[in-house]
Amino acid sequence: MDRSNPVTKILRGLALLAVGLFFLFPLFWVALMSFQTNEQILRIPPSIVFEPTLSNYWALISGRLVSTAGVLEIKFMGNLWNSVFLSTTSVALALILGVPAAYAFARFRFRLSEDIAFTLLSFRFAPPLLVLLPLSLYFQDIGLTDTYVGLIWVYQLIALPLILWIVRGYFEDISPDIEHAYRIDGHSWWKTFTRIALPLARPGIAAAALLSFIFCWNNFIFALILASAGKQPVTVGALAFVTASGIQYGQIAAAVILSILPTLLLALYAQRYLVEGLSLGAVKG
Amino acid sequence: MAFLDLDRLSLAFKKEQVLKEASLQVERGETVVVFGPSGGGKTVLLRLVSGVMQPDSGDVRLNGHSILDQGPEERGVGMAFQNFALYPHMPAFENIASPLRARRLADSEIERRVHETARLLKIDHVLKHFPRELSNGQKQRTALGRALIAGPEVLLLDDPLRNVDAKLRYEMRIELPRLLKSFGGSVLYVTQDYKEAMALGDRVAVLLDGRFLQIDRPAEIYKNPADVRIARLFGDPTINLYPVQPRPAGNGVEIELFGSRITLPGSHGHLQGKECLMGLRPEHIHVHTEPVDGGLPMELDAVTPLNVRTVLFLRTQDNRELLATCSEHEQGNFGRGHRAVHARIDFERALFFEPASGIRLPAAA
Repeated sequence: MDRSNPVTKILRGLALLAVGLFFLFPLFWVALMSFQTNEQILRIPPSIVFEPTLSNYWALISGRLVSTAGVLEIKFMGNLWNSVFLSTTSVALALILGVPAAYAFARFRFRLSEDIAFTLLSFRFAPPLLVLLPLSLYFQDIGLTDTYVGLIWVYQLIALPLILWIVRGYFEDISPDIEHAYRIDGHSWWKTFTRIALPLARPGIAAAALLSFIFCWNNFIFALILASAGKQPVTVGALAFVTASGIQYGQIAAAVILSILPTLLLALYAQRYLVEGLSLGAVKG
Repeated sequence: MAFLDLDRLSLAFKKEQVLKEASLQVERGETVVVFGPSGGGKTVLLRLVSGVMQPDSGDVRLNGHSILDQGPEERGVGMAFQNFALYPHMPAFENIASPLRARRLADSEIERRVHETARLLKIDHVLKHFPRELSNGQKQRTALGRALIAGPEVLLLDDPLRNVDAKLRYEMRIELPRLLKSFGGSVLYVTQDYKEAMALGDRVAVLLDGRFLQIDRPAEIYKNPADVRIARLFGDPTINLYPVQPRPAGNGVEIELFGSRITLPGSHGHLQGKECLMGLRPEHIHVHTEPVDGGLPMELDAVTPLNVRTVLFLRTQDNRELLATCSEHEQGNFGRGHRAVHARIDFERALFFEPASGIRLPAAA
């Protein structure tokens, strides 16, 4: 394609604009909604001219939702903290378990290694509802229902396969000779792993960690079924705004904005790693 | 008792037998070149010695003690890889310093020795650079420095000149023997370039089909190859080979070759009636423009300069191809070829091989 041709340039610009609008407009609209009262939101026809208010955010932060039906206690900040805590610890645990496992799958051919790796991957495409019923029964039996430990455990279904498969591709890209050379220099296998393999796979580990963090953060169904309000993340917590006296659109919008902020900032910060890590991890098998 | 003793090493990948009871002894301070075609198991051999791979059977002994149960980090060998295998996230200095760091030397001592080694290898100006910023030649020297710096008793060099340009390869071929002698340890050097093998080895071990077919001084291997395949691999242009069947004639033997009957000089009585392959080195064929005593008439097809020598492509009267060489100043006599010439062949230096096995038949019974 001729990039210098002005007509193609303009067409490209228009196409990009169309795609950008398509994907970003809902987000933009939600952001506008978060600064409006329910009455302003429900106006017909809708208007983008309004007097902005911070009452939605204030309600979320103070935990007191004042509506026509009275004052409602909400635990949104608690939910936000739950999201941060659950996602961070889940990813940390998945890294501790998944990175050494990925290394093993990349470097050693052992009995059933491919089958085990594939089984782990299959967790990603099995529908969560399939495992939820038996899981919730078992969790009730062993007392893991409504505990952080139980949720973090279940979140491994989301985080572990991702980390394992992306990081494995990265380890496979490192020439084994580099590790051999380090061993021959006189370093132990553990030092070879921590000083050679880990630093060289760092972009992949960062991308995998970020991606699994986002997937954990966005998870809804596991926490909805397996935990109660006190342990639930923001995704489930936002349901609290569907109240008996109506749906609090303004608060929902503010909650959405607050809940995407951490992952958005993280993604912007690690964007470079993310694209690089995903494309490499995906192309290599 | 040899210093480094590789005793009947065997290794198979899947179903392919890479090494079949390969044995090799290396003395202290000796440089042995392991020579053979690619895929012949040379690199695998070095990996077995360094400990990053284990043999199916056989033993590796250093100073009389088996080192098979030691990990690569305990064996105290140095190794330079064909693809350099530098640590991409460390500058050249840290790459070279790595074996010293493993030995927990003091920083000042490491600093001193890295600079000393780098000066010797002429890379002291690039020590701060990362591998991606180095030229191939500098990478190769860095890898060599890393292998040498801790003064290992055994140095393993896996075709270190393979990935550097021709000029540098030529320089290193001259520089390396001096470097290896000053280093003083035993060296196993892998290459598939016969000139490198000739230039660098105290001895050359030819590895073919997983076995050492011949282990000898370089000149000896060239002069008396144990096998027709070795004869083919050693020499450029390659050796001329013809099937012949010596017959008794008078008190010697004669052969029919190139449309003539030729009485072989020397005693070849033991070859009588045997089918054999006769090998003629191109430099043992002297080509003249005028008829000479004992010269065979031939057609000169083409003249191709090769380094300091010139290759002559000859066509014999029975329409076979024959390669000969001449010096540069003789080349002028032949113009561009396409003319009748006379070749006097030094049959005294002819080599005879058994056609089926390729094994060399002794010169005299």
